[in-house]
Amino acid sequence: MLPITTVHYLVVAAALFGIGVSGVLTRRSPVIVLMSIELILNAVNLNLVAFSRMWGNPQGQVFAIFVTVAAASQAVVAVGVLIVLACGVVARGAARNREPSPNHASLPNGLPNGDAE
Amino acid sequence: MTGLSPIDYRLMLPMVELTIFALGLLLIDLWIPPEWKWLNATGAFIGVLFSALCVWQIQAILPPRGQIGFYNSLLVDRFAIYFWYLFLAAAALTILGSSRYLDIENEHRGEYYALLLISVVGMMCMAAGIDIVLMFVGLELTLIPAYLLFGFRGRHGKEKENHARAREAVRKFVFHGLFSSAIFAYGLSLLYGFSGSTNLAHIVRALGAVNPRDPVVIIALLTTITGLLSKIAAVPLHRWAPAASETALTTISGYILSLGMAAAWVLFLRIVVFGMLPLRAVYAPVLTVVAIATLTLATVAALMQTNTKRLLAYSAIVHTGYILLSFSVIGSERIASPAFFDALKAMLIYLPVLTLMNLGAFLVIAALRQGAVLGDDLADLTGLFDRSPFVAVTMLIFLFSLAGIPPAAGYLGKYYIFRSLVESGHRSLAAAGVVFSLLGLLYYWKIAKPIFTRQPQPNPPLPVSLGMRSTLAITALATLVIGVYPRPLITLVSWVLGIAQATHVAGK
Repeated sequence: MLPITTVHYLVVAAALFGIGVSGVLTRRSPVIVLMSIELILNAVNLNLVAFSRMWGNPQGQVFAIFVTVAAASQAVVAVGVLIVLACGVVARGAARNREPSPNHASLPNGLPNGDAE
Repeated sequence: MTGLSPIDYRLMLPMVELTIFALGLLLIDLWIPPEWKWLNATGAFIGVLFSALCVWQIQAILPPRGQIGFYNSLLVDRFAIYFWYLFLAAAALTILGSSRYLDIENEHRGEYYALLLISVVGMMCMAAGIDIVLMFVGLELTLIPAYLLFGFRGRHGKEKENHARAREAVRKFVFHGLFSSAIFAYGLSLLYGFSGSTNLAHIVRALGAVNPRDPVVIIALLTTITGLLSKIAAVPLHRWAPAASETALTTISGYILSLGMAAAWVLFLRIVVFGMLPLRAVYAPVLTVVAIATLTLATVAALMQTNTKRLLAYSAIVHTGYILLSFSVIGSERIASPAFFDALKAMLIYLPVLTLMNLGAFLVIAALRQGAVLGDDLADLTGLFDRSPFVAVTMLIFLFSLAGIPPAAGYLGKYYIFRSLVESGHRSLAAAGVVFSLLGLLYYWKIAKPIFTRQPQPNPPLPVSLGMRSTLAITALATLVIGVYPRPLITLVSWVLGIAQATHVAGK
């Protein structure tokens, strides 16, 4: 059996990175773009953990945890901003002003689907 | 590893203090009745002042070579202190100018100020980071609140829904921003692979030993620099800037394009100039090409705009191009040669001036917001001199500064950049820079002309709130004073660089 070395991990990570970049550049649907960005960040994490094992120090793993946290918060914020700006839903403002937002009912199918453009 | 010492706590005090104020504002906002919302702005302003006080205390005890703390991840040197003051000052001005504007937009919320403060904390992390983990976290901490602030729509946004346009802006600003952050992180992971350490000082040493023709080294350079170039809005990756500028509330546009751009530049200087110093001969030609492309495309695009906010965004991109020009000097000159230092000096002078004048110009547009007038169309500026001579004169000062006409401060940075280019023998680049400055007069004239156009029936005078008035006065005055009497700023920058050349970060 061929032993799995650091290079193998790096090749997998580079492949993930390539898939992610091509996904971002070619797709227009926000959800798929977001998933492609997550793929790139997973490539980053794979790199970091592989290098961390190669060098025998934990710094890369610590970095990987921070990248994961950043990725999670980015995804939340991106989807939130997209819904507010592109679908016209205001949760707090509408509730406070007691005016029903005309777009509120259209939230489920109002999610922008760029492929349809 | 031992625990943290008191000096560590002291170094992070300005950031911790801002974070506490931000969280406090989020809580207090729940109890403030709508007509007392200006208390939020006051609280944020006090927070920034306290933070500046903490920075001042650190500066008093700072050893000349800077102080490393927090398990070697935080390096507070004169460079960091310089930019901390800049960030805090610009944030204070933004807060001062926002209060009335948010009333008009019906967006007066504590979250606005809390996010602003947290974003400043991220910028301070970037300026003082020497560990790539801290720098990455700082970048995300700056960008995520910026995306959220971009999501504030204001009264206009709620009344005049334009979903297709907003969706395009979200795609360009938020999604491409996340994309470039991810590419940047990939580059950082490869840098960690070369050095086995996340510390920038170790990375510099490891990069000094690698073969610059190694494809993996090239990929690491390419991904890291691409990510950073996108943050400073260099040309192939610049499209987020006009989109964000047009869609966001005007104060937020100003905040993103002045303060956010300056913070991105600080990160760029730390990582590309200091962290990748051994490889500067490899990346400098690429950056020079990018600079020329940026100048050309942004100038052409700026000439075609009719929206003031988009025009100012393109003008900010042009200024990015000018600063990038100085990388040809950094690539070709020996470290510690006079031209090398002139190039660094030029960048350090350029950034605060650019921040001030851009912020000022955007705040003038925010001052125009009134009733149904959004203020971002060039036609909204018509007859401004008759409506409010004060605002018109401050706008003129900012435009002079942006165009680089001597009484205002903008010419200083350009002068130093062109001088360092000539000193190092890049005469053709210096000439190109001068040509682009002259072309710049054309599109700044497009903003200046309507201001002094007289209308047959003059519009009613423009009411300007006290906060906005004082912000504009301070910003314009600072721009003028720096331009007329530049010696203190130049001395300050030499003081900052006097140490940057000695630290191990600059590499030997």
